[in-house]
Amino acid sequence: MNIAEIPSLTAVIPEIVLALGSMGLLMLGVFGGDRSTGTVSWLAVALLAVVSWLVSSVTPMERLDAFSGMFRIDGFAGFMKQLALLGSALAVIMSMSFNDREGIARFEYPVLFLFATLGMMMMVSANDLIALYVGLELQSLSLYVVAAFRRDSIKSTEAGLKYFVLGALSSGLLLYGASLIYGFSGSTGFDDLAGALGGDGKAPPIGVVVGMVFVMAALAFKVSAAPFHMWTPDVYEGAPTPVTAFFAVAPKIAAVALLVRVMTGPFGPLLGEWQQVVVVISIASMLIGAFAAIWQTNIKRLMAYSSIGHIGYALVGLAAGGEVGVRGVLVYMAIYLFMNVGTFAVILSMRRRGQMVEGISDLAGLGQTDPRLAAALAIFMFSMAGIPPLAGFFGKLYVFMAAIDAGLVALAVIGVLSSVVSAFYYIRIVKVMYFDDPGPVFDRPLDPATSIILIGTGLFVLLFFVVPAPLIAGADAAAKSLFGG
Amino acid sequence: MTNWPILSLVTFLPLLGAVLILFIRGDAVIVARNAKSMALWTSTITLVVSVFLWLDFETASSSFQFVEKSEWIPAFGISYHMGVDGISLFLVLLSTFLTPICVLASWDTIKTRVREYMIAFLVLETLMVGMFCALDLFVFYVFFEGVLIPMFLIIGVWGGPRRVYAAFKFFLYTLIGSVLMLLALVTIYFEAGTTDIPVLLRHAFDPEIQTWLWLAFFASFAVKVPMWPFHTWLPDAHVEAPTAGSVILAGVLLKMGAYGFIRFSMGMLPEASVYFTPFIYTLSVIAVIYTSLVALAQEDMKKLIAYSSVAHMGFVTIGIFAATTQSMEGAIFQMLSHGVVSGALFLCVGVVYDRIHSREITRYGGLVHRMPLYAVAFMVFTLASVGLPGTSGFVGEFLVLLGTFQVNTVVATLAATGVVLGAAYMLWLYRRVMFGQLVREDLRTIADLELREVAILAPLIVMVLWLGIYPSAFLAPMHASVATNINRYQAVVAGQTAPAAKLAALPAGTR
Repeated sequence: MNIAEIPSLTAVIPEIVLALGSMGLLMLGVFGGDRSTGTVSWLAVALLAVVSWLVSSVTPMERLDAFSGMFRIDGFAGFMKQLALLGSALAVIMSMSFNDREGIARFEYPVLFLFATLGMMMMVSANDLIALYVGLELQSLSLYVVAAFRRDSIKSTEAGLKYFVLGALSSGLLLYGASLIYGFSGSTGFDDLAGALGGDGKAPPIGVVVGMVFVMAALAFKVSAAPFHMWTPDVYEGAPTPVTAFFAVAPKIAAVALLVRVMTGPFGPLLGEWQQVVVVISIASMLIGAFAAIWQTNIKRLMAYSSIGHIGYALVGLAAGGEVGVRGVLVYMAIYLFMNVGTFAVILSMRRRGQMVEGISDLAGLGQTDPRLAAALAIFMFSMAGIPPLAGFFGKLYVFMAAIDAGLVALAVIGVLSSVVSAFYYIRIVKVMYFDDPGPVFDRPLDPATSIILIGTGLFVLLFFVVPAPLIAGADAAAKSLFGG
Repeated sequence: MTNWPILSLVTFLPLLGAVLILFIRGDAVIVARNAKSMALWTSTITLVVSVFLWLDFETASSSFQFVEKSEWIPAFGISYHMGVDGISLFLVLLSTFLTPICVLASWDTIKTRVREYMIAFLVLETLMVGMFCALDLFVFYVFFEGVLIPMFLIIGVWGGPRRVYAAFKFFLYTLIGSVLMLLALVTIYFEAGTTDIPVLLRHAFDPEIQTWLWLAFFASFAVKVPMWPFHTWLPDAHVEAPTAGSVILAGVLLKMGAYGFIRFSMGMLPEASVYFTPFIYTLSVIAVIYTSLVALAQEDMKKLIAYSSVAHMGFVTIGIFAATTQSMEGAIFQMLSHGVVSGALFLCVGVVYDRIHSREITRYGGLVHRMPLYAVAFMVFTLASVGLPGTSGFVGEFLVLLGTFQVNTVVATLAATGVVLGAAYMLWLYRRVMFGQLVREDLRTIADLELREVAILAPLIVMVLWLGIYPSAFLAPMHASVATNINRYQAVVAGQTAPAAKLAALPAGTR
C-alpha cells in the first residue's frame, strides 16, 4: 500500500479533532458519571477553543478540498466556523450554572453540543449534497435531544418532539429535492452542478429547479425563515433557556452559511430563478418577525420572532447575491451572534425565588433594581432595533447596502420599514425596564462566567463603531474567497 | 487655526464626562450631587472650548475649517471626517450653549435617577455636536439617529403622565423618516462612489435620481423640523418631556432637520430642490398660518410654545428654499434665535410649573404682582418670539421675508401674516399669565425667581439682545459659506449644469 494514496487530511483536521475529542469526553462522562459534568463542560469549551485555533491555522487563503471535493475549506468556511464555534462555546459556558440550579446537569449535555457543533462544521464546509445532508442531520439530531433535555418538563419534551417531527419533515424535503437534482443533472457535487447548470446558457431542467426549491424550503426551515418558521416560537419557549440561547445562535449561523454556499455555489447560475424566492422569504420573515412579536408577552417567544426577523434581514443580503451581499450576510450574522448571546445572558438571570421567570413584564423597573443588567439589555435592544451607533445598525447597513447595490430597492424599503415596526417591541422592553415601576428583584447576580460573557458582548455591541474595520475586512475576505477561483 | 483636534474635543468631551459620572461611587445623595456638578463642569468646559471655534474661525472663508480626517471603515471608503463651516458653526455653539443651561435647569427639579439623567444629557450633547460637525454621510447618520436613544429615555423616564405615549411617538415617527434617509445615503454612496460630504457637494447627481433621494431626505428632515403635517409628535413630546428636555428638543433637535435641508437637500440635490420648492412653500405657509391659529387655541403653555415652534420653523424652511443669500442667512439666524428663545420660553414655563405643578394657562394670572423679575424675563422672550426689533426674532424673520419677497411675493406676504398671528398668541399668553388679578390662593404666595433661575435666564436674555442688537457678529461668519452655497444653487437653477461651471463656482480648497 502506497502512503501517497491516503488522501490528505489537512483540511479536516479540526473536524477530526473535534469528533475524537467529543467521543473522548463522552467516555469520560460515562465512566465519571454526572459528577464529572463540570469537568466535561470545561473540557468541551477547551476543546472548542483548540478546534477554533486549528481552524484558523488550517484555513487557506484560497480554497482547499478534501474527500474528492465533497468537503471544502475556504475563507468563508473559516469565518463561519469560527462564529459557530464561538456561539457553541459561549452557550456551553452559559449553560453550566443554569443546569446545576435546575438539576439537569448531565454530562451528555456538553457532549451533545459538541456533536451538534461538529455537524455545523460539516455543513459549513459541505461541497456535495451528501456531505450537506450528513452534516445537517448530525447537527439536527443532537439539537432534537437537547431541546427535550429537561425530561420532566412537558413543555421541554413537547418542544423536542415538535422540533423532531417538523425537522424530520424538512429533512425529507431536502432529500426529495436532492434526489430530483441528482436525477436531472447526474451529480451531487456542487462544482459539477455549477458546471452543468451554468455551462451553456440554456434554461435549466425543470426538475433541477423544483429540486432546488425543495432544498431551499428545507434550509429555510433550518434557519427558521417564514413561512417555515412555525416551530420556532414553541421550541424556543419550551427548550431550557441556555438551549434556546444555543439554538438562536450557532445552528442559525451554520444553516445560513449552508444556504449561502448552496445558493451561490451550485445554484449560482440560477440566480434569476431563486432570487425572487429568497426575496419573498426575506420579506415574509421580516414582516412576521416585526408584527407577530408585538403581541408576545414571553421574552423567549419574543426572541424567537426577533430571530425570524433577523434572518429576514440576513436574507436581504443573500437576495442581493454577489460578494457585497454575502459580505453583508457575514457581518450581519457575526453581529447577530453577539447581540443574541448577550440578550440570552440577561434572560438567564431572570430568576425569582429560585424559579425562572420569562414574562416581559417581569423586567419591570429593572433599570432601578439592577441598573447594570438593565443597561446591558437596553444596549442589546437598541442594537437589535438597528439604532446607531450600536453594532446592530452596521449589520443592517451592510445588507441594505447590498440590496441597493443589486437594485432591490423595494426590498430595502420594506426592510427598513419593518425594522421600524420591530423597533417598537424592542424599545417596549426598554420601556418596561426604565419607565415602569419596579417589581420584585431578581434572585442573585449571574455566575461569574456568564457575567463575563454579558460584559464582553455588551462592550462589543456598544463599542463596535469605534473600530468596525477588522470585522468588515474579515467578512470581505471571506466573501471574496467564496466567489474566488 | 490650531493643530489640535478641537472639533473632536468639543464632540467627545461630554461623552468623557458621562463615562466619568458612571464611575461615581457612594450613596444616592452623593452620587446625585457629584453627577450634577460633573455634568455642569463638563458642559461648561465644552462651551468654553467651543467658543474657541468661533474665535479661531476664519470669517472670510467658505470652506470647512478645523477639519479632521482619519480612516474608519476603509472597505467602503468611509472616514471619520469632521469640520465646520459658517452654517454649522453656530449650531454647534447653540448646542454647547444650551446644554449647561439645561443641566442647571434640572438641578433641583430632577430628583430621581439623577446620574442617569446627567449621562443622558451629556451623551445627547456629544451626538448633537457630532452631527453638526460630521462631514461623512455615515458619520452624520450615526450621530443623527443616535440622538433618538437619549431623547427617548429623557422623555420616557423623567417625563409627565403620558410620557410613554409621547416617547414612543417621538421615537417611531423620527425613526421611520430616518431609515428612509439611510437608504438615500446608501444610494448616494453607490451613485457617487464616496461618502465624503465636501466631495458630494460638488457631485452632479442625475436629476431623475435626485427626486427620489430628495423625497427620502424630506421624509427624515420634515419630521425632524417638523413641517406641517408631520408635526404631531412635537406637541406630545414637548408637553411630556421634562423642562430641559423640551429646551433641547426645541433648541437643537429641530434644527437638525433644517440643517439637513441646507446641507443635503439644497447642497447635493439642487435640481430636485428647485422642483420641490413650491411644495415646501405650501407646507411652510400652512405651517406658519395654521399652527399659529392652533397655538391661539391652546390651553397648555407648553403646547402653545410647541405649536409656535412649528410656525417659526416654517419661516426657516421658507427661508432655506427661497434660496437667496438673505433668506438663507435669515433662516439660519432664525434657527439660532428660535433655539435661544423657545428654549428660554420652555424654561420660563418650567419656572412656574416647578412652583404650581400646572401648565394650564387659566391656572395662572396676575403673576406680575408677585414675580416682577420673572415677568421681565418672560416679556423679553415673548417679544423676541413676536419679533420685536432689537430682539433676535426680528432679524431672522425680517431677513427671511426680505429674501423671500424678491423671489416670491405671495409666499412672503402669506408668511408675514404669521408674524401678526405670532404677536397675537404670544401677547395674549403673556396677558393671561402675567396680568389681571391674583385670584388663586396658592399664587398669592408664589416666590419670584431664585438665584439659580436668574443664572439660567440671564445668559439667554443677553443672547437674545446680542443677537438682536448686533447681528453682524453672527451673520459675518456665516456669510461666505451661505453665499457659496447659494451661488452654486443659483448656478444650477440658471441651467448651468455643466460640471465645469459648477466647479468654477467653488473657491479652491472647499474641503
